Amino acid sequence: MENKILGYVDGRLKEGERLEVEKHLATCAACRVRVNEFRAVRGLLDELPVIEPSSAFDLRVHARVAAEPVKQSWWAWFTPSPRVAFAASLLLLATVWIGTHSSNNPPQIAQDDIPVLENYDVLSSFDPLTELPPPVQADEATQQNQQM
Amino acid sequence: MLDVKAGDEQSFGLLLHRYRSPLVNFLYRMVRNREQAEDLAQEVFLRVYRAREEYVPSAKFTTWLFRIATNLALNSLRDNRYQRMEISLDAPVTVDAEDGEEKALDVAEKHPNIEQHLIEETRRKMIRHAIEKLPEKQRAAVLLHKYQELDYGEIAKILQCSESALKSLLFRAYETLRVELAPLVAQQGKL
Repeated sequence: MENKILGYVDGRLKEGERLEVEKHLATCAACRVRVNEFRAVRGLLDELPVIEPSSAFDLRVHARVAAEPVKQSWWAWFTPSPRVAFAASLLLLATVWIGTHSSNNPPQIAQDDIPVLENYDVLSSFDPLTELPPPVQADEATQQNQQM
Repeated sequence: MLDVKAGDEQSFGLLLHRYRSPLVNFLYRMVRNREQAEDLAQEVFLRVYRAREEYVPSAKFTTWLFRIATNLALNSLRDNRYQRMEISLDAPVTVDAEDGEEKALDVAEKHPNIEQHLIEETRRKMIRHAIEKLPEKQRAAVLLHKYQELDYGEIAKILQCSESALKSLLFRAYETLRVELAPLVAQQGKL
């Protein structure tokens, strides 16, 4: 009966159990007293005031949650972040664009340079050039500077 | 909780709003220190947040929540770290004067209120003492049973015992309270 008295006081017994307890209480004065006293105890426990969490409670919880490190699984190594994916896409596009444009427009030789190259033979046998003094060696130049 | 698991931050705010008061009150009555109760309640929410991805709704959310809270409270009590910070629940309740009207009241008129207040405070002190004197597991069982109104199955899961063991535990706890509070129980009986 012990285990059922509290359930009876709480009103948590099934119908059959409740009837069984009531049948017992009708003949047992001690258990009737116990039931009344348990009810009184429950009433007394209601007298304790309820406290309210402090006004900063929520803020503190949110701050602690925000300070939590972001969890990353090993699979995250293979999953590019949006920024990296965007940068990689831009790089790829730029490479493709440069590749496409460079093949359409091959490097052109300036047309003005061609006559100069064609006249190389003329320049190589140009007389005034043969009259120029030979190139000065580095050592000789140093000596000349010292003499001066 | 399933929304929190799915990454909905607003749902976590709703959980916080709904359960902060029951948790703080439960922990306050367990550890008898308001500051510590709030710290522990914050820790409970942090653990809920950390475990959100692994959460499996195999049991009721309240069962899971109060299991975390109970374990933290019991560990903290055993740990005794906060002992020097404890503030006795016997400390008189400070009542702020609400406005100037109270000052204008005649002492003779105020006296019955003071007397009534003292009687009520003495009763509350006795009740707090009776709860504090219960062994920790019995105290947790009574608090979860009386104030959180959890059913026996849930409390048994929280305290990791069988339902019949829990009923015996609760019966012993209420028996102790009945004896400790005998003078008040007798008064209640006369009412």
